[in-house]
This record gives sequence, C-alpha cells and structure tokens, in this order.
Amino acid sequence: MNLQDYIAQADALERDGSAALQGAADADALEAARIAFLGDRQGQVKTLQEALRAISKDDKPAAGKRFNEARTRLESLHAERKTSLDRATAPAAAEDRSLPARRQWRGAKHPVTLVIEEIEGIFRELGFTVAQGPQAETEWYNFGALNFPPNHPALDAHDTMYLEGEGLLRTHTSPVQMRTLQKYVPPIRVLIPGLVHRRDPFDASHAPSFEQIEGLCVDEGISFVDLKATLNRFAERLFGASRTRFRPSFFPFTEPSAEMDVQCGVCGGSGCATCKGTGWIEILGAGMVHPKVLEAAGIDSERYSGWAFGMGPARIAVSRYGIPDIRILYDSDVRFLEQIAE
Amino acid sequence: MNVSYEWLRAFVPFDESAVRLRELITAHTATVDELVALREDLASIVIARVVEEAAHPNSDHLHVTKVDAGTGTLLDVVCGAPNVTAGKLYPFAMTGTVLPGGLKIQKRKIRGAISDGMLCSARELALGEEQDGIMELSVDVAPGTPFLSALPIGDVRLVIDVGANRPDLLSHLGVAREVAAITKKPFALPAIDGLNAVVPPAVTDEKTAKAGSVEVRVEDTDLVRRFMGVVIRGATIGPSPAWLVSRLESIGSRSINNVVDASNYVLHELGQPTHAFDLAKLEGSRVVVRRARAGERITTLDGTERTLRDNMIVIADAVRPQAVAGVMGGRDSEVTEFTTDIFLEVANFNPVRIRDARRALGLSSDASYRYERGVDLEIGPRALERVAQLIVLLAGGAIDGAPIDLAYDRPPATTVTLRPRRVATLLGETLGTDEIASFVASIGFDVDRANDDLRVTVPSWRGDVTSEVDLIEEVARLHGYDSFPVEIRPFRPGTTGDDPQWITSKAVREALVGAGLLEARPMPFVAGGEGFVHLSNPLSENEAYLRREILDSLARRAEYNLARMQGNVRLFEIGSIWIPRDGALPHEELRVAALVMGRRQPPHFTDPKSPDFEAWIAYDQWDAKALAQSTAEAAYPAARVTLRAAESKSESESASEGTLWDVLVDDVVTGSVRRVALDAPVWAATAYGVELSLGVLDSSQVAPPGEPAHRPFERPVPSVSRFVAVPSTPASEFDLALLVPDGVRGEQVEEVVRRVSGKLLERVELFDRYVGQGVEPGHRSLAWRLTFRHAERTLRDREIEARRTDILKALADELNVRQRSN
Repeated sequence: MNLQDYIAQADALERDGSAALQGAADADALEAARIAFLGDRQGQVKTLQEALRAISKDDKPAAGKRFNEARTRLESLHAERKTSLDRATAPAAAEDRSLPARRQWRGAKHPVTLVIEEIEGIFRELGFTVAQGPQAETEWYNFGALNFPPNHPALDAHDTMYLEGEGLLRTHTSPVQMRTLQKYVPPIRVLIPGLVHRRDPFDASHAPSFEQIEGLCVDEGISFVDLKATLNRFAERLFGASRTRFRPSFFPFTEPSAEMDVQCGVCGGSGCATCKGTGWIEILGAGMVHPKVLEAAGIDSERYSGWAFGMGPARIAVSRYGIPDIRILYDSDVRFLEQIAE
Repeated sequence: MNVSYEWLRAFVPFDESAVRLRELITAHTATVDELVALREDLASIVIARVVEEAAHPNSDHLHVTKVDAGTGTLLDVVCGAPNVTAGKLYPFAMTGTVLPGGLKIQKRKIRGAISDGMLCSARELALGEEQDGIMELSVDVAPGTPFLSALPIGDVRLVIDVGANRPDLLSHLGVAREVAAITKKPFALPAIDGLNAVVPPAVTDEKTAKAGSVEVRVEDTDLVRRFMGVVIRGATIGPSPAWLVSRLESIGSRSINNVVDASNYVLHELGQPTHAFDLAKLEGSRVVVRRARAGERITTLDGTERTLRDNMIVIADAVRPQAVAGVMGGRDSEVTEFTTDIFLEVANFNPVRIRDARRALGLSSDASYRYERGVDLEIGPRALERVAQLIVLLAGGAIDGAPIDLAYDRPPATTVTLRPRRVATLLGETLGTDEIASFVASIGFDVDRANDDLRVTVPSWRGDVTSEVDLIEEVARLHGYDSFPVEIRPFRPGTTGDDPQWITSKAVREALVGAGLLEARPMPFVAGGEGFVHLSNPLSENEAYLRREILDSLARRAEYNLARMQGNVRLFEIGSIWIPRDGALPHEELRVAALVMGRRQPPHFTDPKSPDFEAWIAYDQWDAKALAQSTAEAAYPAARVTLRAAESKSESESASEGTLWDVLVDDVVTGSVRRVALDAPVWAATAYGVELSLGVLDSSQVAPPGEPAHRPFERPVPSVSRFVAVPSTPASEFDLALLVPDGVRGEQVEEVVRRVSGKLLERVELFDRYVGQGVEPGHRSLAWRLTFRHAERTLRDREIEARRTDILKALADELNVRQRSN
C-alpha cells in the first residue's frame, strides 16, 4: 500500500469512528462502537495498525504518525463519551451536595475602617462631609493655632514625635480643623478621620500611631445645646445607648470642654468590670471651639461659634469586637483580618 | 489627685455619701476616676458588748465571757486581755472573719472552754501598736453595729482626674470650695485643737532679708514669683499623732515624722508645697535662691545623686545646693531625729523652670506637679502660718523672729466682663443674670453688676480664667452640663464636600476588598536610612524613620505572617508616605499598596491534582498586573491607565526583585508592580506588590496665622460613560498564530493589528503563548483571536480575508513577525 492510500484509510477510519463514538446513544451502543473500532481483536484500528507492515520503510514514519493521531483521537473520544453517558445516567442521589462550594478568598476592610465608616454614615445624615490633611505638620497647626500655651503641662498628654529638620507628626486630627477653617467660609460641618502619632510605647492599650476621628461645626449661633444634641444622636445610633452623660473636661482648643460617656452596654449602668464600676463608658472629648482658635483662622468669634469633638475608633473597635490587645489591630495577621468582616 | 472624703467633710458639712459626692464632683468639676474604700479590711468587724465575765477555770490569765454581738444569742468567747470588763463595748470578730493580719477566726476550744469569736485589740485591727488589752470603745451604739460606721476610722479616697488648667483643685481646700458651691453649704478650714502659735507679720523685701538670724537672699527674681521662709528653733522630731497619720494615709501618703508630716499635710490641705531644712546643716546659716551652676551635684531625698544644669533653680546655703527648688529636697539637709532648728521654705517658683527641671531630671514630685501647673500666689502666708503652727504644736520649739516674704510683686487682679446675652448664645439656653452671678460668686469670684453685664474679678487661685468664655464654662458646669436640653435645632449645610482623596480611597478600598484582599493598618515607621525622613525622638532606633513606600510596611507584615506559618498573604493599605525635603516639611503622599503571595483562591476538592496546577494556582505577575490595573482604574476612573513593562537591568535581578511594570495614568508614572523581596522561609511563594499614588497631601501653610484664605470648594468632575448600542449584527472571528522574534513585544504586535484592521476590529485577545519544540529558537509563538464587526451589516468573507492578508503583511514588514506554519 502506498502512503497516500494509507492516510486516506486512516482519515476515513477517524471520521467513521468519531461519528460512531460520538453518536452512541447509550452505554450499549458505545460499547458496540468501541468493539468495532477500538476492539483488541477485530477492531478497525487494529486492522489499520496491521496494515502498517505493508508500508515501505521510507514512508513508515509518516504513516505511523498519522495512525497514532487517529488512534489517540478515537480513544479520547471514547473516554469523553463514556464520562458524559455515565454522568447522565448516574442516579441523582449519588451527588453529595453537602460538599463545600468553590469560594474565592474573602476580602475585608480593617475593623477600624468599619468603625470609621459607621461613624461617618451617622454624621453624614447630620450634614457632615469628610475633610483630610497631612500627618507631617507644623508646630503652629498642631499646637499654636489650637491655643496650646508653650511649655504647658497640657502638652504632656501629647508626647510628640518630631521630625529631624522641620515639623512634627500630628498628635491629633485637630490641625485639619484649622486648615479647614482657613480654607472655607462657614457654615462648616466636617468630619476628620485620620492617623495621629504619639510617643507612647506600643502596648496592650496604646499604639504610637492610631486613628482619630474628629468633627467640627462652625456657624452663626452654634451653641452647647447643638453639641449635646448632635453627639447624643450619634451615641444613640452607634451604641444604641439610651443615656449619655457630659462631664467637664479640659482641652486647650475648646471652652467649655466636655467629655461624653454612654451608659455601659454590658451592665446597663449598674456597674461592672467593663465600665470599672461606674456604669459609664467614656467615648469622646468635645467642647465649644475656643474663640482663640476661630481667631487664629481669621474668623470673627463674636459672629461665629462652633463645637468640635474627637474620639478613637480603634478603642471603639477593641471594645465592639472584644479584642483583648490593641496591637492585634495593627499586627496584620491574615487570620485576624479575615475574622472581622461586616 | 487623691482626696479624702472625711477630710473634705472637715471643710464642708455636707450630708452626701461618697458615691453621691463622686457623681456631683464628676458632673460639675472634674471626673472622679475611682472611689477607694479605706479600711475595708475592717468591714466585717462589729461592736459587741461583754455581758458576763469570769475567770477561766483552767487558766490563771484567761477569761470566759458571754458576748452580745447583736445576733440574738449570747456567744461564748474566751479572752486573754486583762482589761475585759462586763458591760463594756469592744470590737468583735465573729467566727469566719479574717483579721487585717490574715488570721481567720475559728470556733474552737481553749483549755476546754468554747470560744466562738474574738474580742479585738487595736493592734489586731492594725489600728495602732498599743498592747494593753482589747480596745475599749466609748461609743453609744447597739451591739452588732458595724465598727466602721460607729467610729471615724473608715474613709473613702476619691481619685480625681484634674485637668492641666485647674491647679486650684490640687488641694482639699480647692475641692472643698467646689463641693461647697455644688452642695450650697459653707466651707471653712478645719480647726485643729491646740493650734495657737503666733506667727509675726512677715518682713517683705525684694531680694534679701533676715528670718531670725538666717540671711535669705533671692539672686534672681525671675526664678521665683514669691519666696517666704521662717525659722523655728528647739523642735523635737518624733512620730506624728494618730489623727495626722490617718489623714496622710487617707490620701495614700506615709507618715515620716512630725515636721515632714506637717509640711505634707499643708501641701494636701492648701496646695502649697513647703520644705523644712535642718538649719544646722545649712552652711553659714544662709539660704540662697539661685540658678544651679552647670555640673553642680546634689543627692536628693530619694538617695540619688543628680547633676544639675544651669537652667534649674536651687536652694543653696553659703556653699552648696541643698534642694532642687520645687522638685525635691537634698538629703544632706533633711530633717532627722537629730534636728532641732528648722528653716521652713514656702515658695512659689516659676512654673516653666520647674517643668524644665522635672523633665530634665525625670523626677516628678507632689511639689513639682503643683508648681508646674501654678500655685496660688496668695496662699503662701496662710500656708507658712499653718505649717509653722503645726510644727510648734507637734514638735515643740518656737518661732524665731519674723518670717520673710521676698520677691513678691502682687499682680493686678484680672477683671472680665461677662455678658448674660453671650452666655445664652454660646450655651443655647437663657439663664437669669442673678443665677449667672451666683454661680460665679459661689466659687470665689467677685461679681459687680454693670448695666446688663457683670464685672467679674478673678481670684488669685484661678489663673486659668482670663476671658469671658472661661467664665461661661464656669456657668455651664455649675449649672450642670446634663441640665441643658438635648434638642437638635435647625442647621445650615456646610459649604464643603467630601475631600476628593477620601472619595478615591473609598473606591480603591472597595475594589481591593472585592478582589479578596485584607486591609491592614500597620505603623508607618521603618528601619530606613539615607533618603528617609528621620524622627528626632523615635520610640526605637530600629524604627527611627518614616517609610518612603507602603510596600515597605506590607513586606514586614507579610514576614510577620510567614513567621506564623501563614503563606497565603493578601494585604493592602491606604496611607501616607514621606520623602524628605530640605528646610521644609516632608513631601507627603497618599498611596495605596497591595501585597499578594501564595494561593489565589482557597483549595477546593475539584482542584486538579497536578504539579502544573499547583504552580498555576499561586499568585503570579499577571495577577499583580491585573491588580494594579483594576486598582488604578478604581482610583482614576476618568483617566487612561496603561502598564508599561519596566526595563529589567539583568536577568538575575528580574528573577528575584525589582519593578515589573510602571503604572501610567494618563501617561504619567503613578505607580509600579514588582516582585517584593522578603526575609522568607523556603516554602514561601513569590510575593508581588503593587504601589500606586493617590495624590499629594498638601502641608503648606493655608494662610498666615490669624488670616483666612477662603476659596470655593472644588468638587471633582464625575466621569460618566456614554451609551453605545449593543451590537445586533453577527461578528466574524479568526485566529492569528504568530512567530514573534524575541525583542518584539506583544503590545507592538497588537498595535499593528489595530492600526491595520481599522475600526471594524472589535476585540484582540491573546489566547496562547508557547515556547519550545516546534518553535524556532529566538522566537515564541503567540496566538490572538480577532473579532470584527460592522454595526449595521454582516461582514463579507473577503473583507475579513483582505484584512488578514494586510495584517500579516504589515507584521512581516514592520516587525518581522510571521504566521506559524504548523
């Protein structure tokens, strides 16, 4: 047999075989087609293999290659058809649907982000927008403009990290208050989330860099009642707290200054370990913007007044999610970050 | 600040319990952090009456008694005290009670007689050392009354968080003044029996005067605001009486001796620190207030030798410093049991200098704490008189000559106008002028009516009050913050919108979380070096710099995870980086970065089990490229994002680390994709990183201090996609399998394909890359599927065929790219 004839035979076999195997309607028909084409004894593939012997030595490689192609194709078509027939005829009960789904990795926002976003959402309903500013700041924006007297013990709570050469790392988000007041004309209603830095050792309850979220409202006729009412609404929404309490406090940039507590959610106000027996949980510091702060931004403090507050979303996250050590928030263990998702 | 409940009650006759007092002080003055019940160890001791007493039949010194402890039955108690007497009252510990020393009272037989409880001596209750028997009580109460409620032994300590603006609250006098105002009760300095030594009027001078025979000199009046002193001779140093010991214990202070205790007592009573020197130890019988000489040494009371700087103040004798002024006394001139003559210093030092000295020495004391915050300039004479009288009362001796009062120039009193209208505007509630006046007057301010307004004179102890708003705070807190209504009033919306970088950050965060990444918030400090912003006072030398790249932080976090056997890391962060600038604040930029390594999805039972798949399932550079692309698209929705392959410097570098692509946003390099080098175990997969700038954080001065630079808020222009009709005509497709010589990039081929195809080309998709057998060396096989479509009609075969021919020709001519034949 010459090569051309052999290849023609192989083509025909492949065509016929493909049709028979792919067209087999059930397992019996498939088995019949297998015997006819791929059978060990009288299968047509076997016959074609035997016909190779009659090919001249020069043509044998080409003929052999074509034979192999044809056989491989028919074998794989058989396997494919068998799988699909098996699947079709298998009883439905055999599928174990309890096996796990093919999922993707779950992404997650950081727990502190979740708290910030929730706070943001509440204040957005009250007409606040978000302002931002740099973390590397000048002494004036961080302290001077905010009525911190130089060399005053009030600075002790703001253990500052200074930059070599120029500036410092802001110790609170309040410099953004000043930048906002200088840039935009009142009414101002802004919320300022951001990272701040204090030279506190990294321990279970302190991180040298931590998030703060601050709010500022300045307009004509803004009063202490506005401060109380807005922050009370916020507490109701974030903590579902039925009661808040305001205590006198001290911040150089507010006067009067206050701290707000919410009734302890664990004991309902009767006193427990969480609230250290007081029935109250301290949430934020606030106050009426000091006239000197308004004046530092060139705003007439007789015409305008305002209030501001600041709080630590990391502290809220720690208590909300029951995290025993604040460092866990910042270590970035993927197992922890996957855990808390909302 | 520790305050004793009983001590306050000696000032103000209030009836409130400690718990109620805590609420009131917290609501109106300063937060009481803690209530510490003192002598709680005696809470279960009751008062009992001995009803019968007889000698123990089997002992020559024991007594058997019947005791009424208010339980309804008489208890049999054996007692060894010689003074046990029928009909008298004694402290009694019932069976089961634990005594302060730890002894638990048990019911037992003593020489055959039952003993059910114990009658206690003062020593057994840790109330003193006297051992002459059990403690006979001369009170008139029923048996069973708790011991603590019948005797003035129990006390409660209030721990008050005093703000830096309220040094006046650092004494019982100051807190009592507030309590009196809040409870509307009078207040007066507690009387001390026998306190009657007469202190002559002080001799005043600017710089120098003699107290008795002691010459006192203030070298530099800038150091002190007032310096007083008095000499007491012939004192006998010894223990303090019980009342004084217990007063000091109630605020957590330990008794030392009668003279030191007198000084401490007045410190806590009036807030004025004083210091007693052993006059015999003062060389030349002189007292000099001067600057320390640089390098001068002194051993302070705590036994530490300290080297002084010339900005510190010392109290010296003719030769050497004897105290670090306002901070701590020196050990050499300390009052000891051998002391008889005393120089008592009552000073008011410059607060800033005390603060500097305290910080430089790292040495804080009750005195420095008060001086830094400011001690009432007018309390000095009263404090001097009280300490001197106490010393004479407790230690004997006599005041030698007149006290001296140097360097004091009484500042004019501050007067502030308080407008009731302004109170109403700022507080949001109208209070009556009389009410306002009475609030302010109740804490020692002088108030005059001036037409509609009030003229308020600030007392010497309230240096924090300098303006009207300070007085408004006084009104608000005395009225009670909780008394103001909770009522949301109409407001005007602000003039600003959201900061554009905030909007961008949110979009980017959503995109990355959607891609399965985890948000991290690591600290921004790194090991750094040249070219990094250096902190002057870092927390640790290992992290003394600010990062230049967020990936630097994420790499350390990845290593943290690897060290905990977590190899599938997929972190991102949105945060700041800093680049130093000469003579200016650093350049600060908001960035997002992501780091991925390990499996790109969780294992599943259907996963093919093959080595190829194992390799395929790990994040690779193409995932990183996609992450960069989608992140940049989320951050810059209106811009054109392209990724340009970075020039690799050498094969070995590109295999381990270095930039793979630059991210271009509207043709500006804005970020990069790279392999990230980690200190990683052998099993760790390759880490890929993406870092992208989200814009500069402007730290320049908005306007000079005191000036605005108002501008309209610039709202970002939203990018809106335009509608394009979804095609209704069929597409024509064909594949191009091409042999591409090394050095010709895939994107060049695509460029030619697009140019030659014209606008009928809808899509070009690379679907295969193959290198190896059957492909000429120096080439690779790349296969694209091209999709053509005409919006209105079906394309004809020859239109497509013609394009195919043109494309192949152009590729061959321009790039030497041929069609793959087999």
